Amino acid sequence: MKTIWTIAKREYDNYFNSPLAYVVAFFMLLPLGIYFSVILWASSQQSLYGGPAPENSPLTWLFVFLLIFFAPALTMRLLSDEARMGTLELMLTAPVRDFELVAGKWLGSYLFVMTLAAVTLTFPIVINNLVDPGIDLKMLLASYIGVALVTSALLALGVGISAIFSNQFAAFFVTLGVFFFLWFMVSLPASYLPSGGEVFNYISLSNHFTQSMNNGTINLGDIVYYLSLTVLGLFVGTTAIEIRRWR
Amino acid sequence: MIKVSGLTKDYGARRAITNLSFDAQQGEIVGFLGPNGAGKTTTMRILTGYMPPSDGEAIVAGYDVVEESLEVRRRVGYLPETVPLYTDMVVFDYLKYMGELRGVPKVDDRVDEVLGMVGLGDRANGYIGNLSKGMRQRVGLAQALLHRPEVLILDEPTIGLDPGQMVEVRELIREIGKERTVLLSTHLLNEAQNICDRVLIINKGKIVAEDTTENLQARLVGAERVIVRIRGEADEELAKTIKLIKGVRDIELKDDGAVEFEFSSGKDLRPEVAKQVIKAGYDLLELRPLGMSLEEIFLELTGPDAGKRK
Repeated sequence: MKTIWTIAKREYDNYFNSPLAYVVAFFMLLPLGIYFSVILWASSQQSLYGGPAPENSPLTWLFVFLLIFFAPALTMRLLSDEARMGTLELMLTAPVRDFELVAGKWLGSYLFVMTLAAVTLTFPIVINNLVDPGIDLKMLLASYIGVALVTSALLALGVGISAIFSNQFAAFFVTLGVFFFLWFMVSLPASYLPSGGEVFNYISLSNHFTQSMNNGTINLGDIVYYLSLTVLGLFVGTTAIEIRRWR
Repeated sequence: MIKVSGLTKDYGARRAITNLSFDAQQGEIVGFLGPNGAGKTTTMRILTGYMPPSDGEAIVAGYDVVEESLEVRRRVGYLPETVPLYTDMVVFDYLKYMGELRGVPKVDDRVDEVLGMVGLGDRANGYIGNLSKGMRQRVGLAQALLHRPEVLILDEPTIGLDPGQMVEVRELIREIGKERTVLLSTHLLNEAQNICDRVLIINKGKIVAEDTTENLQARLVGAERVIVRIRGEADEELAKTIKLIKGVRDIELKDDGAVEFEFSSGKDLRPEVAKQVIKAGYDLLELRPLGMSLEEIFLELTGPDAGKRK
């Protein structure tokens, strides 16, 4: 566990030394900030006519949606670059288990995205001060548990794919493709199939968040789904590293 | 400390090393010589736990490299050939990171100590990406020494260093080799001759010679060749004088005015040669054995005609 933490700490610090991480942070937080202002403005207009109070859930949805595009940029180099630069040889000859290396990389990226998520907590705090009797804290908690779980799954898949490639751009595009497929495409057949479409709906990355946790509902099934994807991603990464050793 | 038996590694259909067996004891510096692609790096990578062998066994610091890979990795310091480093990190932070991964106690103090050992104390706060090749080599060496490993495996440790740094690093390796086991590969044969207690010559994945450099020379040459230099140029008369001494053979007048001859190992003819040369009225300036250099041994064993001449 200490090894995982040591690797995660370095990766986390490393993000703050890299321009890419600042670009990702900027392009994630800027649309969120603009969207937040729009929500506040629209609500203030509607409140004149007794419209609904502003909610935070569109913002957590946008956060996760943006992550589909930006998480591949955060994970692409995590292991592929180690292979390209040869530093993987250092890691694999240090007393570090293959799983610890992969988990450490994942945890470092996870903490970075969670730092961004923590910044977005300012939105519900502001909303809470504007509406009476305040926002629904249970719903907010469910949304952020959802954000934490989706982030975990996306980054684990990204790290896993990064371990397969020695070229970070190959890792980026494959990760983006997998995310697109799981977020947008996989549930499409469900609409056309007369029966059995539930399977496709279950595999869909978005359904467990948008239709459940972001609406304040926490199901064990949703938690299991995201944790399973996390384990799958870390397993793929660990196996890819092991295969590199045997090649 | 290192015990290798029957080690074989295949990369797909290509066999990189075949049935290698050797050992290295504590306090011994063993040189690993061979042409490019001979299997040196593959062997070193197996010994460091980076990759498993296809067949055979390797015990390092008392642990099996496959079954107890983590234990081996805890006890081995490794400097890979290309010295991979995180170029975006500061030297001190990089070494501290590697020290933490290896569980080095009081890591900050140890990093300072090791930086001093490799002569990089004044570059601790510089970015690795801004260092020269020689300095990066020393950062790699510092990384290999951090955890006071029982076994040190160094793949071309002095490549890229300037002559002054080479001397320093060799001195450091010699110092470390007094207590620990060092296995180092090198292309610089004089380096092997200078610092290694023993050399292993590997060619096409097989060990073709294993001995001290002195023994290798004696075994391969089987005769000693001597050069005689006098004031002025040597002439036929001098050659005739030397030729008359019993045991002398293959005498040759060289273009630079010297005379070379050979005699069978075992009986040193040099005192007799000196006596006769002086008696004949020549001013003897030099009488020196021409030992077979490690370069010549290396070529003899690994060249295209390897094994045919003997």
